[in-house]
Amino acid sequence: MSYRDRPITGVIDYTSGNSQSVVHALDALGVPNRLMTAPHELDSVDRVVLPGVGSAGTTMEYLTKAGWPEALRPRVVDNGMPFLGICVGLQILFESSAEQDATCLGWLPGTVRPFDRTQVRVPQIGWNQVRRVSDHPFLAGLPEDGEGYFYFVNSYYAVPEDLSDTGAVTEYGLPFPAAVARGNIMATQFHCEKSGPLGLDLLSRFAKLPQEELC
Amino acid sequence: MLTSGLTARLIACFDVIGGRVTKARRFEDNIDVGAAVEIAAAVYADGIDELIFYDILASAERRQADLHTIREVAQQVFVPFTVGGGIRSLQDMHAVLAAGAEKISVDSMAVRDPQIIAQGTAEFGTQCIVQSMQAKHVGKTPAIPSGYEVFIDGARVATGMDAVQWARRGEELGAGEIVVNSIDQDGTHAGYDLRITRMIADAVNVPVIASGGAGSTDHVAAAFREAGVSAAIISSLLYSPRMERTMSVPEVKADLAKQHGLTVRPCP
Repeated sequence: MSYRDRPITGVIDYTSGNSQSVVHALDALGVPNRLMTAPHELDSVDRVVLPGVGSAGTTMEYLTKAGWPEALRPRVVDNGMPFLGICVGLQILFESSAEQDATCLGWLPGTVRPFDRTQVRVPQIGWNQVRRVSDHPFLAGLPEDGEGYFYFVNSYYAVPEDLSDTGAVTEYGLPFPAAVARGNIMATQFHCEKSGPLGLDLLSRFAKLPQEELC
Repeated sequence: MLTSGLTARLIACFDVIGGRVTKARRFEDNIDVGAAVEIAAAVYADGIDELIFYDILASAERRQADLHTIREVAQQVFVPFTVGGGIRSLQDMHAVLAAGAEKISVDSMAVRDPQIIAQGTAEFGTQCIVQSMQAKHVGKTPAIPSGYEVFIDGARVATGMDAVQWARRGEELGAGEIVVNSIDQDGTHAGYDLRITRMIADAVNVPVIASGGAGSTDHVAAAFREAGVSAAIISSLLYSPRMERTMSVPEVKADLAKQHGLTVRPCP
């Protein structure tokens, strides 16, 4: 734990990502945070956000080249460091993605598939309705009546093998996971940093939830 | 084409000069509206779904977009934020994104060098590059089968390119969204040009955004219902000094929901 006992949230910096948007949101929430360009900086943070834009293949290539997967795994998977993936940051939690045939982190069992271009406009861009389906504490702030709208930008969607990993669902031609949550591993397919006050609430919950509630 | 579940997305668009919002009619006679950062924060608080800033002189003055204003907006607006104007290279795109924008709008530059779209999407993803076009009704010719031609440089320079063909080409190059702005309707408050908007929405699979001419919620509803757009740009309706009565974001959304049965994101 860090100064004044407030956890520091580290944001993984992509040279080509929107990490800055996440930092702006955390700043506005008064959450102590640090933009991290190298894995050794994980030593000085308590939680980690993996923002994501772009494609699964390119993201994995960047992360692997910089040494992130082997630095994150012992902390997040083995030692319970709270982790939040956003957008592509959700998709690469699974074993593989059809996007560029990418091998992904494999922290959660499942795959990632493309939306059907004959059925819907791709990418999905816009505000879609999110319905909570899990009692994971991260998602406790989501309305259960299905009136929560969040901003999505995605051409692919996750297909978790373990249904209990799905935290919230949305429809775009078919139902798909809007959020996943298993213990300390949380992720949103939508951009919580760009989803207005409801999105900021979720980011704030992630940054402030007591770690013992995330087991 | 289904856009199942998605709300009718409303985008506030601002032409910005030196940190101040300005309003033109058919690309002329600009009137100063107010400080860009303040107006952006106000429409965000009111529940707008997205923002676009065009730094309208950056291109002509061959300088980079106003990064200071972009950063200040990004620090207080937590909905998607697109920036256009003055973007000539990947380096310019990096700078605008690092300041906190999500998307880059390319217009005249992309007509001169279409590969900028492909380079941008390769670097930042298809969702990051918005192809924006200024279309004008010129009548059908063999070179312009749709009857609509693309203009650039503040709608002053004709390109000889067909608007529908240019949209298809933009999608092929990787543009994630296409803004269709009607030069004839721009700032007139007489409604979008539904004909060209519909033609382009039918021709491409990526989301299409209606722009230019909305003066009432009837016009906005027609873009979603009749032209098949995913989003609509409103600017005059919200703040034009030429409108007899402007509307707030909650008023626009309430009208779209109650009078027109469209699903909108509730205002905070």
